Amino acid sequence: MVGLLERRLVFVTGKGGVGKTTVAAALGYFAAEQGRRTLLCEVDAKGDIAAYLETGPTSFAERQVHPRLWAMSMDTEASLREYLRLHLKIPMVGRIGPLARAFDFVATAAPGVREILTVGKLAYEVRERHYDLVVVDASATGHIVGQLAAPQAINDLVKVGLIRSQTDWMLDILSDPAKTGLVIVTTPEEMPVNETMELAARVREETTVELAAVIVNRVLPELFGRSEEEVFEKLSKPTPRAELRRLVGGDPGPVLDAARLAVTLRRTRAGHLERLREGIDPSVPMLFLPQMFSRVHGLRAVRQVAGHLGEELGF
Amino acid sequence: MAARRTPPAPAPAASLEGLLTSREIIVACGPGGVGKTTTAAAAAAMAAVELGGKVLVLTVDPAKRLANALGLSGFGNIERRVPDEAFAASGLKPRGQLWAAMLDTKESWDALIRRHAPDAQTREQILANPLYRNISGRFVQSHDYIAMERLFEIHAEGDYDLIVVDTPPTRNALDFLDAPERMADFFSSRLLRWLIVPYRSRLVNMASKPFYQVADRILGTQFLADISEFFVLFQSMYEGFIERAQSVQRLLADRQTSFIVVSTLETVPLREAEFFARALTERKLHLGAIVLNKVLPDYLRDPTGAEVAERLLADAPALAEALGPKLRGIDPVQTGRVLAEIGQSYLDYKVVAQREAEQLAELSEIPDVLVSIPFFETDIYDLGGLLRLGRGLWGQAPV
Repeated sequence: MVGLLERRLVFVTGKGGVGKTTVAAALGYFAAEQGRRTLLCEVDAKGDIAAYLETGPTSFAERQVHPRLWAMSMDTEASLREYLRLHLKIPMVGRIGPLARAFDFVATAAPGVREILTVGKLAYEVRERHYDLVVVDASATGHIVGQLAAPQAINDLVKVGLIRSQTDWMLDILSDPAKTGLVIVTTPEEMPVNETMELAARVREETTVELAAVIVNRVLPELFGRSEEEVFEKLSKPTPRAELRRLVGGDPGPVLDAARLAVTLRRTRAGHLERLREGIDPSVPMLFLPQMFSRVHGLRAVRQVAGHLGEELGF
Repeated sequence: MAARRTPPAPAPAASLEGLLTSREIIVACGPGGVGKTTTAAAAAAMAAVELGGKVLVLTVDPAKRLANALGLSGFGNIERRVPDEAFAASGLKPRGQLWAAMLDTKESWDALIRRHAPDAQTREQILANPLYRNISGRFVQSHDYIAMERLFEIHAEGDYDLIVVDTPPTRNALDFLDAPERMADFFSSRLLRWLIVPYRSRLVNMASKPFYQVADRILGTQFLADISEFFVLFQSMYEGFIERAQSVQRLLADRQTSFIVVSTLETVPLREAEFFARALTERKLHLGAIVLNKVLPDYLRDPTGAEVAERLLADAPALAEALGPKLRGIDPVQTGRVLAEIGQSYLDYKVVAQREAEQLAELSEIPDVLVSIPFFETDIYDLGGLLRLGRGLWGQAPV
């Protein structure tokens, strides 16, 4: 399979709350560090990318935020304007009021119009070779299939016309595994794992995009091995526990309880990881990122995750 | 309909139990990944067990998680009863009935068309229109509308004493609230009528001619014709749709409806949940409760615990030596490693627990009911787990 950073367009998706945006930002950051000219695009414009990168607000116009790293946020209306200007040579859309309004209307009503304006802009950046890599903080799992399948859907609906010729080249880029890949971010918990497996199946069946990697975030550290666990069990017995209490001058109860919680959590999650491994095609690389306990925000957090990601990618 | 509660004049509810007793509709909303679906199902299960009556949990999540959480599969658009035997496994006999249904967007849209279509021909034409088929099947935002529509329909049928709805994972947490209104706006738009003029008359006036030429060039004639047909057909259902969308809106604002915002104490979800809670209040919708899920245990913030942990980490080898006589047959080096590990682990989790506590203290929008559900060490994958969670939800004093 083509390496993640060798591709040109990488969509990062995941169930809400698994750290999709952090991973997308870290991936973009790492690629830039590795010398790739990288564009990081936030699709659901919430401003999270700007917060993670500790930079001013992002907009549709790409802006350089670090060496070799550019950031933008998707705006379908601006994308439409750019599209009309570049491809159809129709300037001043803003002034043709009814046309702009009509498009807004069609975009709300017609399937895939917004989606294709999003995917189209990203594919355009790839086609024009403005960047070595475009990393997309894409829609969450519930919406990503609709987005990735949009060019095909439009292709099915629109038989002729300029749009049709446009979707053809987009499909070429999206369907080429050397160019485009999807990353699903998940955590080793029940629901995210279920959704990841469901999504992997849907992506295979309903889109032409290749699943390039599954990134498992918040993997808990193994507290101790089997023999150490025996030690822990003995330590928890009344006599050693009382002795420990005397030695440290305080109740070790909370610490022992917390250790038990950590062990149970780790074990539960290991079970989900195993399910995930079995449920995902073995040819799809699986990368692991550790649970971060420290109080790190913004760019420092992105750098940390990028570091782990780099190790997992074999750098 | 079982007479479980008196007609709508609900007093402010001081507990989740009170809320579920006094309302007919509970809408669970909030950011993704916080256990919204599980919480909705747990609340419904507890209502069925403790309060009696017919309780429905309606999940609109396309990822079909409720089926998982209930340990059942194959829910369809049709409501199904969760068998009493499923409760018996947890040693419970519910006073009422628990029903569950999952939203099938496509099926619900088709049902809606069948209801509103003026005649059989229009109905068949709409159902066959490629644009319609895409909207109903693939179009993301149509989930939002149809979820609220389905809630309205089920409520109107009056079969249930309580309906607990799990909301779809939207791009924006507010999308589903605005969906009925947006749908109404959409169909009453002047632009819509304007757009379908050429299809009707083929007499394009001079002023709008350039627009159609451009549109034709971009979209292609067939697609334009499909769009026009779709809207012309929908026009015939216009009145019904508007009325319906307004009724849905009214139902959400009604006093019998309450919203529960579910979140965890993690920064990002909590920020989103607070935003949502404020938006509900601004819209004069009833924010009944905030449920905080997966809250870490208090012992992680115990000051003695932290001292002990620091000590274990700092003096692990010496402590292990000293413990030697009480741990016969164990290599003190290994004991030392374990002591250091558990010390470090405590301090790691303490950081997270501390952060959560601070988040809780800063919570700005506080409704009548604020419930914390403790972190469960294992997953909830069956009715027993749901009920365990439910008991945590139930009658718990406000935090």
